[in-house]
Amino acid sequence: MRLQLSIAVTHLLARKRQTLVSLSGIVLGTAFFLAVSALMQGSEKDFIKRLVDNSPHITVSDEYRGADIQPAAMQWPDAAVNIRSIKPQTEVRGIRGYQQKLAFIESIPGLRVAPALTGSVVLTFAGRVQGVSMTGLIPESMREVSSIEDKMIEGSLEALNANPNGIIVGIGLINKFKLALGRNVTVTTSDGIVRSMKIVGIFRTGTANYDETQTYALLKKVQSLLNRPNRVNRFVIQLSDPNQARDVATLIEQRIGYKSVSWLEASEDIMSLLTVRNIIMYSVVTAILVVAAFGIYNTISTIVMEKTRDIAIMKSMGFHASDIQLIFLSEGLIVGLIGSLLGIAVGLGLMWILDQVVLPITAMGGPTHLPVYRGQRQFFIAFAFALFSAVAASYLPANKGGRVHPVDVLRGSM
Amino acid sequence: MSTLLKAQSLVRTLPLTVPVTLVRDISLEIQHGEFVAIMGPSGSGKSSLLYLLGLLDIPTTGQLWLDGQDTSGFNEDTLADLRLAKLGFVFQFHFLLAEFTALENVMLPMRKLARLSATDMQKRAEKLLDDLGMADQEHKKPDQLSGGQRQRVAIARAMANDPLIILADEPTGNLDSVSSANVKEILRDLASQQGKTIITVTHDPVFAKAADRRIGLVDGRLDPNWVHPNAQS
Repeated sequence: MRLQLSIAVTHLLARKRQTLVSLSGIVLGTAFFLAVSALMQGSEKDFIKRLVDNSPHITVSDEYRGADIQPAAMQWPDAAVNIRSIKPQTEVRGIRGYQQKLAFIESIPGLRVAPALTGSVVLTFAGRVQGVSMTGLIPESMREVSSIEDKMIEGSLEALNANPNGIIVGIGLINKFKLALGRNVTVTTSDGIVRSMKIVGIFRTGTANYDETQTYALLKKVQSLLNRPNRVNRFVIQLSDPNQARDVATLIEQRIGYKSVSWLEASEDIMSLLTVRNIIMYSVVTAILVVAAFGIYNTISTIVMEKTRDIAIMKSMGFHASDIQLIFLSEGLIVGLIGSLLGIAVGLGLMWILDQVVLPITAMGGPTHLPVYRGQRQFFIAFAFALFSAVAASYLPANKGGRVHPVDVLRGSM
Repeated sequence: MSTLLKAQSLVRTLPLTVPVTLVRDISLEIQHGEFVAIMGPSGSGKSSLLYLLGLLDIPTTGQLWLDGQDTSGFNEDTLADLRLAKLGFVFQFHFLLAEFTALENVMLPMRKLARLSATDMQKRAEKLLDDLGMADQEHKKPDQLSGGQRQRVAIARAMANDPLIILADEPTGNLDSVSSANVKEILRDLASQQGKTIITVTHDPVFAKAADRRIGLVDGRLDPNWVHPNAQS
């Protein structure tokens, strides 16, 4: 083994320039693979993080996925049942007995939950009218499950506790109504209840529609405004591990019956878009490494051809075909090993450069850095793939070298 | 003297579209310590016979015993192992590995055989080169050596694993007259002084004269009456 390896090293060192070219192919392939995948993974993670942070991991709403089975259908399961003129039972909308259901959800480890009641109201101020969605919340628990607190630019969530008549509105509404913190607005509900509420907080999410049509108030206040005492119509759940959202959502739906939607389900289209993006990225970057592998194939093929006489004499003095193969395979392995290690170093350098790039404006407002993700798995994949392609590229020439018959060469050289 | 190499009815046919027979029905025995010269006109199958005797090529039919061992049916790797341990080759072209020094080239078969320690290999290689008058050229690469010197390194390499037989295929074919004379002398000395068994293909009747036995080959057949056209001169 050491003998074959030393011959391999000698071959590579004797052709420094060619070796360097195939080496740089692997180095660049690995480095770009790492840099591009770091950026793609980083932006994907960044994107998902925003998605996950800005939207609840699980939302339990006061809806059922399927309609109730009619008693007649239960009685005759195989029959075609046709019932006319049925009307759903009149009931106060919302999650029934939410306290017990909340207690059950709270008993699941690794999650935080906040109840909320959302309804539509009309805001009036100085002759301007705007229909808005009003969410009643408990500041202490909502803070745990939503990033709304980070979005506050004036006032705070806690101000609702201090002033039960307070309301938090978005910057869009403030601009539209020419409002300011501390002013009063009139709230009219569909039941005709009219209340004056004081603006105790202003938020900005960066989404114009949201900033214009979303408002927050105390849960108790909204319950009384909408005339739905002791009801909520939503549980907002945040998990320690967002990836478990699907399982936990299923568990909750099975137990309490209400529709539970995980963030994965809610944004399935975006997730499949990310998958497509990943496939594109990996195909492009893989192509770079495949091209690099052709470089290695070329180099080692050339060496095998140039060294036909050497192979002939080595075989005639007693080297096996496998010894010859080993020599050329190790040449590929050496180029692959050094190339991928150097490639990782260069890749880290590229990532560092990407780190220095500052994006001036983003949806979130302030300047941000490019999201560069340094995942162990990426490094491993890049290393393994570069190594594999280098060895695979040297396999054919190595095989060809192993098959050289000394007598054919000796006859030819006479 | 005992029989070292025994060939029986060796035939070698190249399976081309029109099959070409290189060696036809050759039987011979070579004794320990014998110096044999194979002679014959160009294309008479001298080299082909040497490749068969050197286990480089496998006869189409016929049998070959080396050192009492029947080699028929051996696969390529077994034959390679036999060549490594028992045979040494010198060809018309030196076939030295260009990237390695003279010393490293001589050590190559030893390292493959791996019977000696690294230091012993080096000592032996130095001694072999020294004996051929190459003591001060050990660390030179083949392209820094003259044709004759290269061929001497090739002879040292053939001797590396102390083979039973040295097979030489026109070892002086590419050399000028001075180097050629030198190489021939070395081979003669190996035969006469060290008692090496040597089988050589040659065109040179004077060199052949030094051999214990001359085998004439015409059209792939043994021809005991064949005489080199220059034999008289």
